[in-house]
Amino acid sequence: MIGTGGRGTGPEDTLPRVGEGISVHRVMGTETEYGIIAPALPSANPTLLSSQVVNAYAATLREGLGNLAGTRWDYTDETPLTDARGFRMDRAAAHPSQLTDESAELTAEQIALERGEPVDAAVLMNLVLNNGARLYVDHAHPEYSSPEVTNPLDAVLWDRAGDHVAVTAMQRIGTMPGFSPVILYKNNTDSKSVSYGAHENYLVPRSVPFTKLAEALIPFFVSRQIICGAGRVGLGPLNQAPGFQVSQRADFFENEIGLETTVRRPIINTRDEPHAVAEKYRRLHVIIGDANLNEVSNYLKVGTTSLVLSLIEQGLAPVPVLADPVEALRTISHDPTLRATVRLTDGRDLTGLDLQELYCEAVLAALPTDADEQTRDVVDRWQSLLATLRRDPMDAARQVDWIAKLKVLEAYRARDGLAWTDPRLALIDLQYADLRPEKGIYQRLARRNDVDLLVSPADVARAAVEPPRDTRAYFRGRCIAEYPAAVVGASWDSLIFELAGERRLQRVQTREPLRGTAALTAELFDVAADAEDFLARLLSGPDRRVAP
Amino acid sequence: MATQDRRNTSGSASEVEEEIPEPGPAAPAAQDSTQTQGVDDLLDEIDGVLESNAEEFVRGFVQKGGQ
Repeated sequence: MIGTGGRGTGPEDTLPRVGEGISVHRVMGTETEYGIIAPALPSANPTLLSSQVVNAYAATLREGLGNLAGTRWDYTDETPLTDARGFRMDRAAAHPSQLTDESAELTAEQIALERGEPVDAAVLMNLVLNNGARLYVDHAHPEYSSPEVTNPLDAVLWDRAGDHVAVTAMQRIGTMPGFSPVILYKNNTDSKSVSYGAHENYLVPRSVPFTKLAEALIPFFVSRQIICGAGRVGLGPLNQAPGFQVSQRADFFENEIGLETTVRRPIINTRDEPHAVAEKYRRLHVIIGDANLNEVSNYLKVGTTSLVLSLIEQGLAPVPVLADPVEALRTISHDPTLRATVRLTDGRDLTGLDLQELYCEAVLAALPTDADEQTRDVVDRWQSLLATLRRDPMDAARQVDWIAKLKVLEAYRARDGLAWTDPRLALIDLQYADLRPEKGIYQRLARRNDVDLLVSPADVARAAVEPPRDTRAYFRGRCIAEYPAAVVGASWDSLIFELAGERRLQRVQTREPLRGTAALTAELFDVAADAEDFLARLLSGPDRRVAP
Repeated sequence: MATQDRRNTSGSASEVEEEIPEPGPAAPAAQDSTQTQGVDDLLDEIDGVLESNAEEFVRGFVQKGGQ
């Protein structure tokens, strides 16, 4: 277990330095869309199943595991069609799934009708949790969006908290009379043409030109899969050819840069929806990653990306321009020996490992001698993993999802003489990501001590109900915990209060991700008598300086 | 910390060679058989939890579009 860095607790020095120095610290968060089936109901509507997950988790909260509020998501500040390159897509030209500022495909009312329940039955499509996260129905999947955190280790912890939430909901559905059990998977494809995402978000200063971000990130993202891919049986989006590849997502990307997330997916997503002060910040929305079960893979995925962003911010990032990034993404994914090369525009042919080493070396060269503990830890692990992959990729099964999965698959192939087309291998691929503790193959590996862990189960359970203390997620989570009846809506950058006896709703903006922290607001929560007193103190009283 | 994490309890032959200088001839063989035993145990454990009809189960895992 490692600390999150040696920063002090005062309001000023708790602020991670965004855009200053080479460091893993910055505001970040993850999103997981879980695969979902009800094996006994093969034709069940996936939106309906996903709403069962949200509602089952709400039921566990009502039973005392935490408070429940903010069921209405406040879409006011969502602008999914605004492009980071400086223009806006026409709504009419957008694919319907891009319109994320409208509610999911089935409304709560439609679901109530489908279930034969009265339309006013309370079906929840969205929950804001005590830990500051959002659990909701995103089209045909349940999605957990983590609270904002300031470092990779916390990103791993609150991402794992999402898996804990998912398992809790799944187990709850299993005990509900009249409900067919559902299984949730932390993977990214059904290998039948459909892919769903595991996204990352990083706060970067608006002053960094988007083209600078894109040019340095494309080769990094194309090669990053070798340290954090989740592995997949089958090649091609439709599983057209037999074999094994490094990444779940690689075959579903068709563009270098673009706004889409569900069709014609781009390596660099340009959605410009900062959920923060737009003049100061950009939220880099990363859609190319695989969902990770292995904690070290996840830690390195966000840790190395944050480091490369800091290189770009300092003007120190390498820019090895790929001749064909989309093709290179596939070439690297389709070669688990890591020997395949991709062509650069300067004529060089490099492997994915060569590309990763370029970035790692640039970080090492720029790393200050007094780098904090977690930054140093990420760099050490990255460097040592690349050395292991150079020697023999199979030696990194404890740290990397795709390698752990491949090792199991190869053991089956050796024992039973299975061809890559054997359905048992496809089943192992799928069941690796099964979140049921007794059935999931990753879960089994973890219990056997065959993989490295970074966070304890007790910490994960706590992170499912407690927000991070050093971002505005603290303010959001604590408002919901303290004033469940008064908070009637929430989003990343606002909370909406409805006070008893008042007609008007009160909207509190939280547009600075590094305000609303425990250091700034814990005392206010402790002294306020009720929601009304809290709002009065926050918005007009002597405590105004702590307002988010 | 990184060194600690590289410690591999199931152990690969190459790492054992790095950690124990001049290993006796019996050591790698013993390691190999331990490793084989570990893999056999793991496959037995997975055999016990794999869904019974692989082809049907995999065919039934159909998802609708996502991001």
